[in-house]
Amino acid sequence: MDAFEWMSPQDIEQAARAATTTVAAAMVRDSGEPAAGDALLKAGGIDLLDLMKEGLLKPRRLIHLRNIAGLDRIEGAEGGLRIGPNVTLSQLASHAEVRMRFRALAQAAGASASPQIRHLATLGGNLLQRPRCWYLRSRAHHCTRKGGDRCFAFGGENQYHAIFDHKGCAIVHPSTCATALIAFGARLEITGPRGARRAPSVEEFLLLPEADLHRENTLEPGEIVTAIVLPAPAQATRSLHIKQCETESFDWPLADVAVVLDLESGVCRKAAVVLGAAAPAPHRARAAEAALTGKRIEEPVIRVAARAALQGAAPLAKNGYKLPIFETLLRRALLAATEG
Amino acid sequence: MPHNTAPHASRCTQGVTGATVGPGAAAIRLEVNGIVRALAVLPSETLAEVLRERLALTGTKIACDRGACSSCTVWVDGAPVCSCMVLAIEVDGHRVTSIEGLAGEALHPVQSAFIEHDAIQCGFCTPGLVMSCVALLESHPHPTEEEVKAAIGGHLCRCGTYPHVIAAVLDVARKGKRSP
Ligand SMILES: Cc1cc2nc3c(=O)[nH]c(=O)nc-3n(C[C@H](O)[C@H](O)[C@H](O)COP(=O)(O)OP(=O)(O)OC[C@H]3O[C@@H](n4cnc5c(N)ncnc54)[C@H](O)[C@@H]3O)c2cc1C
Repeated sequence: MDAFEWMSPQDIEQAARAATTTVAAAMVRDSGEPAAGDALLKAGGIDLLDLMKEGLLKPRRLIHLRNIAGLDRIEGAEGGLRIGPNVTLSQLASHAEVRMRFRALAQAAGASASPQIRHLATLGGNLLQRPRCWYLRSRAHHCTRKGGDRCFAFGGENQYHAIFDHKGCAIVHPSTCATALIAFGARLEITGPRGARRAPSVEEFLLLPEADLHRENTLEPGEIVTAIVLPAPAQATRSLHIKQCETESFDWPLADVAVVLDLESGVCRKAAVVLGAAAPAPHRARAAEAALTGKRIEEPVIRVAARAALQGAAPLAKNGYKLPIFETLLRRALLAATEG
Repeated sequence: MPHNTAPHASRCTQGVTGATVGPGAAAIRLEVNGIVRALAVLPSETLAEVLRERLALTGTKIACDRGACSSCTVWVDGAPVCSCMVLAIEVDGHRVTSIEGLAGEALHPVQSAFIEHDAIQCGFCTPGLVMSCVALLESHPHPTEEEVKAAIGGHLCRCGTYPHVIAAVLDVARKGKRSP
């Protein structure tokens, strides 16, 4: 890696003042070399160092967030949980209350990457990692997301790309945890150089290409995610996350689903159904949610809902195989969620 | 962990926060295999590079250099991590255990079991695999086969030694020997 300066601030304000831009903005350029001179935020560094090693970022300075006290806690908040952004995926996956009350999130965190990566990777960084699209991650491809004028996935190798909402860019959102966070209605506390902003839901925070081609979220330069807040779930909530990979061991999913059901004696009062690795932001399957609401969750209802989840899908040349995978994952998730 | 408590070792102090250092070398102190080391490292140097190139602990292997093969696995404060994705400056004040820190007079029982079960072919992934397997047995002395598979799930072995690795770990667990 190229040399850089290192700053390890003790508080959020100091970190917010020091950051000059976001990683997404730093990767947008006319052509050629990435800009030098940026000061960028670093948590676990798994995504950031990867982008630097690939020559896609050349920061002048890294601002290490992991020595800021208090950002690595999980605490109760108004019946729900307030999770610090520096909490690692392994802490999240093994936390007793997360496992019991927010099972889908513990499952999503525990099924991401490898044990070695989960010990380093943070929830904040997981949510803010850049997409895995191989054209985005290739220095040789000046794609729309980096300020170029075409998305190479159209007419290219698009087997891992989006089946929904791929207007102008066909990335899928890379965060497996985000699938579960959206299903639980999580919100983000965010502080910038001018103080805290109104806490957006994760769903509002993540952007589709039609809103912005160059970034996956509304993070502004100097803004720091200071907490991920899970609202109190209804008493009889059942949740489940499952992912399907190409191999049994560590990898980003081909498809993943999170379901959160509020059940009262077998009848679904409220449902959240979210598809991951399906679209540039986790895809809320509203037609599936409607098909479940007010119903007893049984085989025929499950079958209708799983089919409905794929309404509006527009697979590309090489990713039509994702449709039956999503449908099967959803049927499994809904069945398993009601059983246990 | 027993192999980290050499009598001459003392805990490093936490590195200075707040100040900006680099791009040239910065001073860090860390404990490696029970010995406190004071080093000057570039902020851009990874822990894997520093272990290999500055401390000549070449048992730790760098293969993919992206956290995707786990051959560089070492422990930081007892937890297995990919040392290619950790900066040396981040572990200022922390405790690192590499493959060289496992054996005492004799090999660690997991190392012996790898030999006994022929769990090594080219050997490049082996140090990392051993670090993951020992870490597993420290926290789960009697793992199931599924738990062993989950613990080594991040490791790539192109020779395909996985079944032998699993057999070796289960054998150590069965015999109940966990330290050299
Ligand atoms: C082999 C492998 C397999 C993987 N598989 C999966 C998988 O299945 N699912 C999955 O979801 N991920 C997977 N990952 C990705 C990994 O989980 C992420 O790279 C990691 O979670 C990023 O977190 P980090 O703390 O290392 O972030 P960093 O790399 O430090 O940061 C990522 C981004 O977030 C920004 N940032 C970090 N914290 C904050 C904050 N508090 N406020 C504002 N900005 C911040 C940084 O500036 C940077 O842009 C895998 C990675 C590897 C290497």
